[in-house]
Amino acid sequence: MIHSLFLINAAGDIFLEKHWKSVVSRSVCDYFFEAQERASEAENVPPVIPTPHHYLLSVYRHKIFFVAVIQSEVPPLFVIEFLHRVVDTFQDYFGVCSEVIIKDNVVVVYEVLEEMLDNGFPLATESNILKELIKPPTILRTVVNTITGSTNVGDQLPTGQLSVVPWRRTGVKYTNNEAYFDVIEEIDAIIDKSGSTITAEIQGVIDACVKLTGMPDLTLSFMNPRLLDDVSFHPCVRFKRWESERILSFIPPDGNFRLLSYHVSAQNLVAIPVYVKHNISFRDSSSLGRFEITVGPKQTMGKTIEGVMVTSQMPKSVLNMTLTPSQGTHVFDPVTKLLSWDVGKINPQKLPSLKGSVSLQAGTSKPDENPTINLQFKIQQLAISGLKVNRLDMYGEKYKPFKGIKYMTKAGALKRQIEELWWRQH
Amino acid sequence: MTDSKYFTTTKKGEIFELKAELNSDKKEKKKEAVKKVIASMTVGKDVSALFPDVVNCMQTDNLELKKLVYLYLMNYAKSQPDMAIMAVNTFVKDCEDPNPLIRALAVRTMGCIRVDKITEYLCEPLRKCLKDEDPYVRKTAAVCVAKLHDINAQLVEDQGFLDTLKDLISDSNPMVVANAVAALSEIAESHPSSNLLDLNPQSINKLLTALNECTEWGQIFILDCLANYMPKDDREAQSICERVTPRLSHANSAVVLSAVKVLMKFMEMLSKDLDYYGTLLKKLAPPLVTLLSAEPELQYVALRNINLIVQKRPEILKHEMKVFFVKYNDPIYVKLEKLDIMIRLASQANIAQVLAELKEYATEVDVDFVRKAVRAIGRCAIKVEQSAERCVSTLLDLIQTKVNYVVQEAIVVIKDIFRKYPNKYESVIATLCENLDSLDEPEARAAMIWIVGEYAERIDNADELLESFLEGFHDESTQVQLQLLTAIVKLFLKKPTETQELVQQVLSLATQDSDNPDLRDRGYIYWRLLSTDPVAAKEVVLAEKPLISEETDLIEPTLLDELICYIGTLASVYHKPPSAFVEGSRGVLHKGLPPRTGSIEGPESPDTAPSGEPAADQPSVIPTQGDLLGDLLNLDLGPPVTGPPMATSTVPMGAVDLLGGGLDSLIGGSGSFTAAPSSTAPTNVGAPLGSGLGDLFDLTAGVGTLSGSYVAPKTVWLPAMKAKGLEISGTFSRQVGSISMDLVLTNKALQVMSDFAIQFNRNSFGLAPAAPLQVHAPLAPNQSVEISLPLNTVGSVMKMDPLNNLQVAVKNNIDVFYFSTLYPLHILFVEDGKMERQMFLATWKDIPNENETQFQIKDCSLNAGGDGHSSTALGSCASA
Repeated sequence: MIHSLFLINAAGDIFLEKHWKSVVSRSVCDYFFEAQERASEAENVPPVIPTPHHYLLSVYRHKIFFVAVIQSEVPPLFVIEFLHRVVDTFQDYFGVCSEVIIKDNVVVVYEVLEEMLDNGFPLATESNILKELIKPPTILRTVVNTITGSTNVGDQLPTGQLSVVPWRRTGVKYTNNEAYFDVIEEIDAIIDKSGSTITAEIQGVIDACVKLTGMPDLTLSFMNPRLLDDVSFHPCVRFKRWESERILSFIPPDGNFRLLSYHVSAQNLVAIPVYVKHNISFRDSSSLGRFEITVGPKQTMGKTIEGVMVTSQMPKSVLNMTLTPSQGTHVFDPVTKLLSWDVGKINPQKLPSLKGSVSLQAGTSKPDENPTINLQFKIQQLAISGLKVNRLDMYGEKYKPFKGIKYMTKAGALKRQIEELWWRQH
Repeated sequence: MTDSKYFTTTKKGEIFELKAELNSDKKEKKKEAVKKVIASMTVGKDVSALFPDVVNCMQTDNLELKKLVYLYLMNYAKSQPDMAIMAVNTFVKDCEDPNPLIRALAVRTMGCIRVDKITEYLCEPLRKCLKDEDPYVRKTAAVCVAKLHDINAQLVEDQGFLDTLKDLISDSNPMVVANAVAALSEIAESHPSSNLLDLNPQSINKLLTALNECTEWGQIFILDCLANYMPKDDREAQSICERVTPRLSHANSAVVLSAVKVLMKFMEMLSKDLDYYGTLLKKLAPPLVTLLSAEPELQYVALRNINLIVQKRPEILKHEMKVFFVKYNDPIYVKLEKLDIMIRLASQANIAQVLAELKEYATEVDVDFVRKAVRAIGRCAIKVEQSAERCVSTLLDLIQTKVNYVVQEAIVVIKDIFRKYPNKYESVIATLCENLDSLDEPEARAAMIWIVGEYAERIDNADELLESFLEGFHDESTQVQLQLLTAIVKLFLKKPTETQELVQQVLSLATQDSDNPDLRDRGYIYWRLLSTDPVAAKEVVLAEKPLISEETDLIEPTLLDELICYIGTLASVYHKPPSAFVEGSRGVLHKGLPPRTGSIEGPESPDTAPSGEPAADQPSVIPTQGDLLGDLLNLDLGPPVTGPPMATSTVPMGAVDLLGGGLDSLIGGSGSFTAAPSSTAPTNVGAPLGSGLGDLFDLTAGVGTLSGSYVAPKTVWLPAMKAKGLEISGTFSRQVGSISMDLVLTNKALQVMSDFAIQFNRNSFGLAPAAPLQVHAPLAPNQSVEISLPLNTVGSVMKMDPLNNLQVAVKNNIDVFYFSTLYPLHILFVEDGKMERQMFLATWKDIPNENETQFQIKDCSLNAGGDGHSSTALGSCASA
């Protein structure tokens, strides 16, 4: 099982170590540093590194490497999932997860880590339970503690720990009972030069924020549940009920949690709500070219596309670009050759465009690399897959909760457009 | 007010200051001091000198302070064992505390203190806690047994904790069950033979019930434990599968993958005709696809496992090609894995898309990735024949980019394409030759030289090209040197007149000026071949080579089966069995897939293998070095051309050899034998004219009088390693008109084998067993049995390559195994083939002239050796 954990910053300093079994010398991280040196970027450090006596499994999040040391055959996914859970817990406790905040709260961090694993076995990883054991630091609590001498370590066994619903503590009380659900969808797509879609898929999640008194039992039904054929549920969801009736029935955890995530990949169900038109031309025997991109909406069901951001990595031979946007701001960095254009909202009556000229290095008439265009955007009040919640009901408690459901569609960070050969159109 | 203040005192007297604060009367000050100590500890500072002062703070009502002191103790108790004893009393007292949280904390911490003196005191409290009324304490105590076992295994066994732990598997609380399973699994890992997790249908049922209720981590432990269970029949396997399937929708990817492991393993037992089998296959795809939208680290592990799954059951993901397309912001390790899987899934249906993607990848920035993409294009060409032409033209486009490493990589794969489709794409050679100068990597140089040598007759300036390489011969790597030697010898054999000097030069470079034994040996072999018999040399060196098989990097099937049992573990990430790399794997048990029980096995038509999985469906694997050697030995020993029998010349095969045709003409000579009725076999054999004829008649006469013919010594056909302990060796013989296959079956496994059956695939001469395989008694471990299986030639006929190849399937109660062997052709020859001299000549003349070829070599002298041009043979070959 998990032996030790080292937290390492981008500079390669170990700023925290925790051992759950015997102490493993931090020199074991030398193997990790070697791999880190070899990798061109931090993201490329391989997640599994063998050393003569141990294995190092790492995740890279928030510019910190979380390196777990294991000694025997352990499912690596278990370790990596756990490491991600550690990161999420820190984020939950401190709002952000950074080297500074971890150092500032080192004792709480240490106490939390101790509660999460025992001898390498996960002990308490639900943030509900952890927060009962070790209370997150707040300014108020610090003040109260200093005055009264009480501590932020709970001295009672967390109530949810052993119940049939380990994710929920008992005795929850709110004056305003509210349940909010956010349906968030991200589109990942690859579109080729002619505008046809190579792949398109939707990663959707339903995140919930439930603040309800007592032990509410919720059911959530959808207008079109057959969209959800590839889903992962929070453990609270009763799987049998979903299998037979396509209804989500669950006793929710208290606070924020991810109810389910889903995946829609069937090509006909994935409509891409924006399009990009490009036009680049070069004159022969000249190192100047014309450049034009236009962005426009399609299939948005009347909703506005906001937060549009276009980035493109230009080929090395591009010296500079002189461009004028019809709206928004643009930057071209001549060193990294990255063009980024912050478009903002798309007004369908007046499509945003970016026009101008490209100057190439003298002597090169056509760049040999194929740039891609990446697009980011947001659409409020729309789940692009068409997923719609039908109704939300509560059983088991008598009060009337306030319910709210929000939809949002985003471009995944992964959208790219292959502009193969478009530099050769001169 | 943050904890960073604990780091601020880094002055000289820090330890001294802390000591004073720890001994302060004020509670608050004490706690702050302990926090400072812990903070120093987390960054690896040595604060062990404060041990007694910290331990003094242990007696407190303040839970936070207590926990902090415990944290400190766990870290430093080992360095101060005598001092640690001071803490024991508090621990024992805490184990009696009315608050279950404190009881659990005490037993948990005690287990973490790896000091012998403390572990002695631990036993009593632990025994109580294992039976505690509060499940939280019991679950903590279960883990504590594993800790204690790690420190002192003997103590755990003596105290009977293992039995208590086993009882906890039946605990009413699922969390306790999960932890007990986890603890037992960890203990079992260090004691593979202990049979700790004695699984039976009842305990399996308990585990499956607990599975639904325990935490995600507990589910992982339970699923991994279930995977080790061997259901007694397919119905049990199916019912377990049904109860495990809901786990595929879990949000925790480790749970999903462990569930996949259980399903993949138990699926093996289900009959393929079952509806449920198909349903299950369909259910496996979505969760695997979902894993690919997780964080990159998880994706990497998932992809390594999917690689195995795709090899075992390609049908699961065959429609999911697109999810393996590379995204631009994937980390490089994910990209490389995705490429591998793309090639595995490539088929005629999706090849166009795949190629378009690969071409994109080949223009990206990362060198490793680009190289692999180029290589992938070549692999597609070899795998999907219909796409070969497009792949080659894509590769040519890439060569035109002149990007150095792209060109080199492309040339390496084009070489492989030539080996798969000879005489098809030679038109591209000219383009390749243009890039000769830019090649600086040994592999690319070697590939280019191979191409030049192989197609020397079509490249006008082949000699110049090779000569240019020869100039820096000694600076080249061995790989290139060997290729250069072979290529020049090929060139010489194709264009002997112009290249004599070149070949002399390379031979002397290789044999006289090189230290490399491989190179020297190969040089001498060529030299002797050329000087002894150039005709033979030509036949050997320029012989048609078998085509390379389509998949070059498949995992060997038995290893694959074993790895399927290790899905989700490190073994699956490294694609090696745990025994190969896990430190101190004290005799890790080899796991195997369970045999299929549902389908009815029995004698079927020879072209379907018994398990309903035709042998042809098994992807062919290019054997590793060792296997190849085995194959070569088989080839040598199969037809009896070596050893004493040859000297007696009483064997038809031997006779053939003497006639100058040699082994090659027999085995490689292919077609001529298909139509040959065995009664006229001798007439089909090439015979020298003139005096040689007399010898021939003597020989055939000799053969005719023999009652039985030569029997080659038995060779191992199926090594035990490949057949779960069953070793088969054997040979073929012919006795008075009947052919038999003499087999020795040896059981090298630990279990009894029974229910043997044998089948042949269709073969060139319709060989088939004339009777079922009779093994009367079950074969006990380490026992052998000799069987003579009578054969006849009335089976279905299909031309094999080589002609005398025989594919055999042997079944026993464990599994079905496949092997192939070569049988000597003489077993097919009838004994009464004797012919009168006149009749032979008449038959000879009946052969149409166009089937007769003649060539003469001048200066016939019979002394062997010479300078490479003198030895001659006058031969003619005719075929019916």
